[in-house]
Amino acid sequence: MNWELWLQNFSVVAGIGFVVWILVHGARSERWQRAWLRLKRDRLGIASGCVIGLYLFIGALEMIQLPVGPQGATSILSLLAGSVPVEPSFSAPLATTTLATKDPKPLRGRHLLGTDALGKDVFVTTLRACRTALIIGGLTSVIYVPIGTLLGILAGYFRRWVDDLIQYFYTVLYSIPEILLLISVLLVLGEKSLAKMAFALSITGWISLCRLIRGETMRQAERPYVAAARALGQSQWNIVTSHLLPNVMHLVLIQLVLGFSNLVLAEAMLSYLGVGSPIGTPSWGNMIDGARGELSREPVVWWTLTSATGALFGLVLSLNIFGDALRRAFDPKRG
Amino acid sequence: MLSYLLRRILYAPLIIFGVMLLTFVIFFVLQKPETMARSVLGKRATPKTAYDWLHKRGYDKPLILNLGQQRQAPDGHPYDSSGVFDTIFFNQMRSLATFDLGVSDVTGRELKGVFKEGALPSILLTLPAYLIGFCAATGIALFLVFVRNSTVDTGGVFLCVALMSIPAMVYIIFGQAVVALGLNYFPAFGFDLHGFGIIRFLMLPVSLIIVMNLGHDVRLYRAVFLEEIAQDYVRTAQAKGVSGNRLLFVHVLKNGMIALITMVVANLPLLILGSLLVESFFGIPGLGNLLVSAIQTWDFAVVRGVTFLTAILYIIGLTLTDICYALVDPRIRLS
Repeated sequence: MNWELWLQNFSVVAGIGFVVWILVHGARSERWQRAWLRLKRDRLGIASGCVIGLYLFIGALEMIQLPVGPQGATSILSLLAGSVPVEPSFSAPLATTTLATKDPKPLRGRHLLGTDALGKDVFVTTLRACRTALIIGGLTSVIYVPIGTLLGILAGYFRRWVDDLIQYFYTVLYSIPEILLLISVLLVLGEKSLAKMAFALSITGWISLCRLIRGETMRQAERPYVAAARALGQSQWNIVTSHLLPNVMHLVLIQLVLGFSNLVLAEAMLSYLGVGSPIGTPSWGNMIDGARGELSREPVVWWTLTSATGALFGLVLSLNIFGDALRRAFDPKRG
Repeated sequence: MLSYLLRRILYAPLIIFGVMLLTFVIFFVLQKPETMARSVLGKRATPKTAYDWLHKRGYDKPLILNLGQQRQAPDGHPYDSSGVFDTIFFNQMRSLATFDLGVSDVTGRELKGVFKEGALPSILLTLPAYLIGFCAATGIALFLVFVRNSTVDTGGVFLCVALMSIPAMVYIIFGQAVVALGLNYFPAFGFDLHGFGIIRFLMLPVSLIIVMNLGHDVRLYRAVFLEEIAQDYVRTAQAKGVSGNRLLFVHVLKNGMIALITMVVANLPLLILGSLLVESFFGIPGLGNLLVSAIQTWDFAVVRGVTFLTAILYIIGLTLTDICYALVDPRIRLS
């Protein structure tokens, strides 16, 4: 029994379960129910939500591993793509021969988006890269969301020295340009890995969430229900977790969606700079980086760049639109 | 008023101290100096050369306090450190406090000179981009607010989100491959500091930076103006019979500008960093380019220096903005 394999599968299922839990938990609150009614009428929002769902599905296909194949574990996507042949070299989308001005070789199969320098199918690689983007986004969110939410509520509710300390903490972090901080941390951590990238991204990621939650908590803390809870003798911990937290949770959800799009873009950027995804990991950033040289070839190899950019663009755009739709649904006056 | 100014000014050194501490933690605690020596020296690293490298830079001293602890030197050589405070931590703090940034780990050049050289091309690149970009974004945002809640507005916002969803590298790769190499309108690479030739080299990078940031800025500024238009004074002016155009382009623009300028001015000092990606793609010898090559050669001193320098400039910018803001807006002063 390969326990590492099952641990990985378990974390994928647990991650999806966690999101579902938040949604089910939120669904009991009236504000969330009203937001859902409004969201249902927002056709663009629903469409972008479906696109995100599609990306999650493709990512899950690559993430969930089955104990078959020569290495002992193969992802479902690899099993499905197992019959796609590997060609000798570059080939254009749907071409029948390899891309060469002198004596092109016939291909073993047709490729929707062509093949790369190693003859691998670009479409399959693009789908696989979905996993990297989702892992970076998901892992980083898992780290930064609890930290940012908790610190934001603490700063906004207790004020005084707690607020000063937390504000000081994030002002210092914020003073260093984000990209420089990311580069420094990743450079120092040495050998590239997705977990290290998620760690680095969450160092800076929690700040904007924390500020947002801090402001909203300050507003909420003035409301009568908090004073009533205090008058009834509820503990501070209880006020924070069962009164303030549910009332700022919708902001966490919105920020999570919008932040995810930034994380996906950051992954591509860091991979280009050479401190991101490990070499050999299918990632849109690595594909775009590799495509730089391909554009100056004769004839031009444009399909790797186009498909990686297209896939990245689709995910980031739908995340942004969905995040905006959520914001409008929760706060129709200001959206 | 005076106490507010005093508080702001005294806060700055505190933040600078935090940044110094943070850079120390990243570069000397997250990785051991020995690891740093090995990555910089690469294959040339024998225990002897690594030790010499560390010794020359004073990185072989104890980390924080010299309490007579003996670290194992590779050749049994004693670590030379005189006094309790002659350690990496205190020496680093001292040199940062006196703005002695040290020498490059790879080339051995004095960093102050290197940074001075790099700052000018970076400013030449980013300042025009920043100014033109700001005016363009403000203009477009005002236009979208002018036609608010129409199809043009919705379409414009959608376009902004789409522009935001494309990674920066793709803009640059596209600009370089199509506009410079394909259509041959501009040189694709290089720089010339003398005479008017510089304009030819800067035109394309500057326009790329503007387009890259346009989506994000327009959306942000539009939100600011929309918030401003919902204010009471706007309704009062309307009731008094101020025309729609005058209301938007005089009253709302002026008041919205205060909010915009605080967002923008704090970032002005960061312009010396230029744009990492644009500089390295177009071969502009600015600080951003320097940083990208430092990452590729593991030049920790350069990364450390740039990080510290930009953080300091940002803090100075932020403090100055706060002070100016307090001068123009009495509400801040009184609270």
